[in-house]
Amino acid sequence: MKMPALDQAVLDRRAELAAALRAIVGEAAVIDRPEALRVYESDGLTAYRQAPMVVALPSTTGEVSAILALCSSRGVKVVPRGAGTSLSGGALPLGDGLLLGLAKFNRILDIDYANRCAVAQPGVTNLAITRAVEDAGFYYAPDPSSQIACTIGGNVAENSGGVHCLKYGATTNNILGLEIVLMNGEVVRLGGKHWDAEGYDLMGVMAGSEGLLGVVTEVTVRLLRKPEAARALLIGFASAEAGGACVAQVIARGIIPAGMEMMDRPAIHAAEEFCGSGYPLDVEALLIVELDGNAVEVDELIERVRAIARETGAVSIRASESEAERLAFWAGRKAAFPAVGRISPDYYCMDGTIPRKRLPEVLRRMTEMSARHGLRLANVFHAGDGNLHPLILYDANKAGELETAEKFGAEILTLCVEVGGVLTGEHGVGVEKRDLMGTMFTEADLAQQQRLKCAFDPDGRLNPGKVFPILHRCAELGRVHVHRGDIRFPDLPRF
Amino acid sequence: MENALRPASEAALREVVAWALAESTPLEVVGRGTKRGLGRPGQYAHRLETAALTGILLYEPEELVLEAKAGTPLATIEDAVAARGQMLAFEPADWGRLYGAAAGSATIGGVFACNLSGPRRPTAGAARDHLLGLAAISGRAEAFKAGGRVVKNVTGYDLCKLLTGSHGTLAVLTSVTLKVLPAPETSATLALEGLDDAAAIALLAEIAGAAIDGSGFAYLPAALGGTWQPPGLAPGVGAALIRLEGTRASVAERAKRLAATIGARAPLRSLDRDRSLALWRGIRDAEPFVAAAPDTALWRLSLPPARGAAVVAAIAAERPIEYFYDWAGGLVWLQTSAAADGGAATIRAALADAGGHATLFRAPNPLRGAVTVFEPQAPALARLTRRVKDSFDPRAVLNPGRMYAGV
Repeated sequence: MKMPALDQAVLDRRAELAAALRAIVGEAAVIDRPEALRVYESDGLTAYRQAPMVVALPSTTGEVSAILALCSSRGVKVVPRGAGTSLSGGALPLGDGLLLGLAKFNRILDIDYANRCAVAQPGVTNLAITRAVEDAGFYYAPDPSSQIACTIGGNVAENSGGVHCLKYGATTNNILGLEIVLMNGEVVRLGGKHWDAEGYDLMGVMAGSEGLLGVVTEVTVRLLRKPEAARALLIGFASAEAGGACVAQVIARGIIPAGMEMMDRPAIHAAEEFCGSGYPLDVEALLIVELDGNAVEVDELIERVRAIARETGAVSIRASESEAERLAFWAGRKAAFPAVGRISPDYYCMDGTIPRKRLPEVLRRMTEMSARHGLRLANVFHAGDGNLHPLILYDANKAGELETAEKFGAEILTLCVEVGGVLTGEHGVGVEKRDLMGTMFTEADLAQQQRLKCAFDPDGRLNPGKVFPILHRCAELGRVHVHRGDIRFPDLPRF
Repeated sequence: MENALRPASEAALREVVAWALAESTPLEVVGRGTKRGLGRPGQYAHRLETAALTGILLYEPEELVLEAKAGTPLATIEDAVAARGQMLAFEPADWGRLYGAAAGSATIGGVFACNLSGPRRPTAGAARDHLLGLAAISGRAEAFKAGGRVVKNVTGYDLCKLLTGSHGTLAVLTSVTLKVLPAPETSATLALEGLDDAAAIALLAEIAGAAIDGSGFAYLPAALGGTWQPPGLAPGVGAALIRLEGTRASVAERAKRLAATIGARAPLRSLDRDRSLALWRGIRDAEPFVAAAPDTALWRLSLPPARGAAVVAAIAAERPIEYFYDWAGGLVWLQTSAAADGGAATIRAALADAGGHATLFRAPNPLRGAVTVFEPQAPALARLTRRVKDSFDPRAVLNPGRMYAGV
């Protein structure tokens, strides 16, 4: 993984920078001892490690602004970090960069039930927002698997989803306002407690920008009323094709489940061994379909989905009859990653999205790849929205296996793009998929995206080395190519 | 100005922009031009229309996705999805009628360029939440694409959000890929009559935050103004409206439960599916204000919903207005005299305290030139906005000045 070249001039002035940072945030909020820096050397993508040059832990927007202005003037790169749960290396530090930790921004500032929203600092965890409002019957909808640890600021940066985003959307569909700090230290407020953006939808651009455009210092999220009822079906199939047909039919008949998850045989067995959820072990594909809403509608739709499952050849069908049973259905799925972690020393989690109907073909080709690379594969799949999470099982202690796993992963993602899908559904590009961006976008597509980056951060100091395979200078990207006099007035019919 | 260019291919459209770039000649960018009265009035030597780029390129109901060329009529797309029991869940409004265009003549590109969203916006999201992918020509005369054909996608910056609502000032959309959803089996509306604004907005906030799963929350005051008689409602009586959608059994059961909860508070009226559909179509299209009264300014306010009634009261204390609320109070359509600043200072002062913003939606040209049509921006945001514009359209050839002076 090639990262931007180290800037020796910046490294030479490290002590001076640390002193200037201490003048802004105080002694204890700056970390520069090598052994203490190691805590920050990687995020959830642990295959890549790099200690930062220095860490600062601000606790106010004013401090973030002063730090970014300082780094701008000194030519220092900055990597923002929430809880460090990124699975794509989005918070991977730079050896000559400042790591800006936002853990101290940990307060919920306002809960406004009348307007059905809450204002939180970026370091508040995803789950803490729901915990704060659940007694009043509300919740925050996006629920990434890491929700106990991941922060709402990081969710904005990655546009995180979760198992319920088929019906309720991802982060970008569930935020109303942001306060951000630009690399030059300017503070900008976007949106608020109202529903429509004024001017350009820069909040929509910030969501999923992976920390490259600005540092989020405040988030206003929408709160939803907890549905009155939720029930799930556990459906087993003798083939992935049959499971895929069931998913397609559910949607074709006008049903949008709250969640629709599929697991393949290796994932089912690993999860069942780990959790004892009562999953059938003699099936090739297992589907969990959850319906939520008012009780009448949920009961009605459960029966419709049950009928569709029978028509599409389900070999086992169970509907949850209690909340405990519904949670048991989910327990295995939610523990699928650690469960796979028990059957393999290491695993590498992929995150492509495909058009749902291509699933059987994609599964078949992944099985071929698995045989070719000699590495096992387990699949969990957000079947409703086509988001695949193949887990490649490998052993980092065996020479060459990590490299083989990476190669296998790249082939899977390339396949996703080939069948009309995308490189990443919810984990982000980060450093992990950076060099694959060319499989999905042309040079012109990427150049336009980078020009947008230039509008926010003209010197490219915020989280460089992520998302884009080749870093162009803004001056070069900004050049306008015109052919004055060469182009005649377009020869078109006039109206 | 009747010098409209209507390229029939993406390549021809790119040529037009390349020519404009070479000549530094600004283009007025429109779909079929149904909403040319929206935004700051401008002088453009040439108009670029996407109206000849038509056709549905892909529609896969099971994948909930449709791709169409930007100039495809919205009506064509709505017919195609309705035939398969689906819909555009954000309920795109037919605002062209506010400017005298024929009903149903908008293009799908224009829908996204203006981020048109109807009454279902609070629960189903806005147009911006349903655009999955796009192809466009930037002001640099370069073709680019963004997003994809799948719902779950975080690959690269979300330019779909940025271009939605950018009023053609960044790039010319040539095709769009959107998310479609199943249409509800049926719908019904409950109308609670005779409440004043404050009581109505409080009621709507309560119901919008309840587990009843409403999908429309509007309040039409007694003095609605105009000539529109809302279908199914008593003339001259204010009504708080709650729409329910879903399966037949579910709608019937929820209507019964909702009536039991709120029925004792005021006289209740129940509207069947057909009346409900017609009523919400009218609310969606700002029907009370379609017939333009001379010398009036029509404003569209987006604000924290619970503040709706207080903001309207503050404005009404300063000048005569006609208005109604949608989005449980979060959207206010408000018409007032176009005299002096057309109410700009009063309206924006009321919003400064509450939060939110106001757009001067329809007004005589001189007024639209004299007051800021879109909400004025703080200096740092205004500078960022200008840099974003420059990154797509450095020579300002696409709709320059339509949203903000110099952008």
